[in-house]
Amino acid sequence: MKKEGIELIKDGKRLDGRDFDELRPIKIEVGVLKRADGSCYFELGDNKVIAAVYGPREMHPRHAQDAKMAVLKYRYNMAPFSVDERKRPGPDRRSVEISKVSREALEPVIIKEFYPKTEIDVYVEILQSDAGTRTAGINAASVALADAGIPMKDLVSSVAVGKIDGEVVLDLNAVEDNYGEADMPIAMVARRNTITALQMDGRMTKEEFDKGLKLAMNACRQIYELQRTALIERYSEM
Amino acid sequence: MGLEIMDDVRRDYIYNLVKRGKREDGRDFRDYREIKVEKDIIKRAEGSARVKIGNTEVLVGVKLEPGEPFPDSPDEGVIITNAELVPLASPEFEPGPPNEDSVQLARVVDRGIRGSEAIDLSKLCIEEGEKVWIVFIDIHVLDNDGNLVDAAALGAIAALLNIHIPAERYGLSSSEGEDTNTLPIRDKPVAVTMVDVGGEILVDPNYNEEKAAVSGLTVITNTDGTISGMQKYGREGLAEDKISEMVEIGIEKADELRRRFL
Repeated sequence: MKKEGIELIKDGKRLDGRDFDELRPIKIEVGVLKRADGSCYFELGDNKVIAAVYGPREMHPRHAQDAKMAVLKYRYNMAPFSVDERKRPGPDRRSVEISKVSREALEPVIIKEFYPKTEIDVYVEILQSDAGTRTAGINAASVALADAGIPMKDLVSSVAVGKIDGEVVLDLNAVEDNYGEADMPIAMVARRNTITALQMDGRMTKEEFDKGLKLAMNACRQIYELQRTALIERYSEM
Repeated sequence: MGLEIMDDVRRDYIYNLVKRGKREDGRDFRDYREIKVEKDIIKRAEGSARVKIGNTEVLVGVKLEPGEPFPDSPDEGVIITNAELVPLASPEFEPGPPNEDSVQLARVVDRGIRGSEAIDLSKLCIEEGEKVWIVFIDIHVLDNDGNLVDAAALGAIAALLNIHIPAERYGLSSSEGEDTNTLPIRDKPVAVTMVDVGGEILVDPNYNEEKAAVSGLTVITNTDGTISGMQKYGREGLAEDKISEMVEIGIEKADELRRRFL
């Protein structure tokens, strides 16, 4: 969010050759883990993320049960080798916050009332990171929940927008994130146009924010189609 | 179990009031509760502020200590923001390590200060790569009647203003001369939190309103009206036009708070 001296846009293109409104390549694989009830491997550029879902299963401790609905839990975790400088294993403040925001991003679509007194566990492991891991994690988790057969109103899709060299652009990579001026991850229920997660840091005007939100919402619709296609492909194989 | 039923009753009560255009404490939807900001109340801290928003009360203390810079910014000071939801402040708070609510509170406040570049960190270098000033912003919640974020954010920026850097205490003379003894503050980010209850936007939710709301948004804005931080909360989504409206309200309300208290 600071540091000058690196040009992120040259001749109207970004350093990796992308247009301002262009996503990095996305790869989705459904049902990649044997033991989990549902799972998904998700690549977004150089981000490699895997999500597993367990449950609904009996909730422990029992006093934390909800008599009316299932409790959704979400754990975002970075592998120590996923970043340049080794990350100390275990939860830190950043991952605690991301876990909370990601859980709230998914909660609106899950029909928790079907499974009172149970918990649904979502585990997201970041294997390789290149900015945008929380959005990749939400995308993976959403598909993994569907793969686990959890009743959902819809899928959730997520992407970040940001500002680099004064321009609002889609899906920042790590260099852009480090040297850019703002970063805003969102999650959305694509077919309902509702935003279920929104964070922002950096500096943006209201106009830039509006533009960024539009850009992100459009990209979420693209990601939604990819998630849907991946699920259909997986289950038409069977 | 008993508490869950109370939650439902309270939610219905707040919801029905809002549907009739009212709030529990008689405020308009866009009004804050009464706000009080008291500065410099802790002698031992370099800066401090106690903020009351209605019954919500938060104490923010700022300490400055020399320490090591981060490897990727060897010539810049460091900001460390921490929040404690001490059990004295609510029957729901428990002693122990920070939970996700206290972590979120600290990180949202931190995001506003950082995003706005309110503290000129480049002026906090003592010896490049070796020693810089660490600015500790500690948020101590005393009474939680809702909207801790706005109280903490207002307390943080209020506490940061007019801080004397304690160079003498650490045997560091400010070699660069003149104005280097005051913590350099370049902006005044202000957080405005809103919740959605029954489709209506309520500014500055109290505890009951927070419990009744299904979603909310904090918008942190700077003196020039730009946005320096945002965070959405809650288990339901928000429509694009609602978010846009909340951002506009956030900018307007922040301006008001800034002029009155900072």
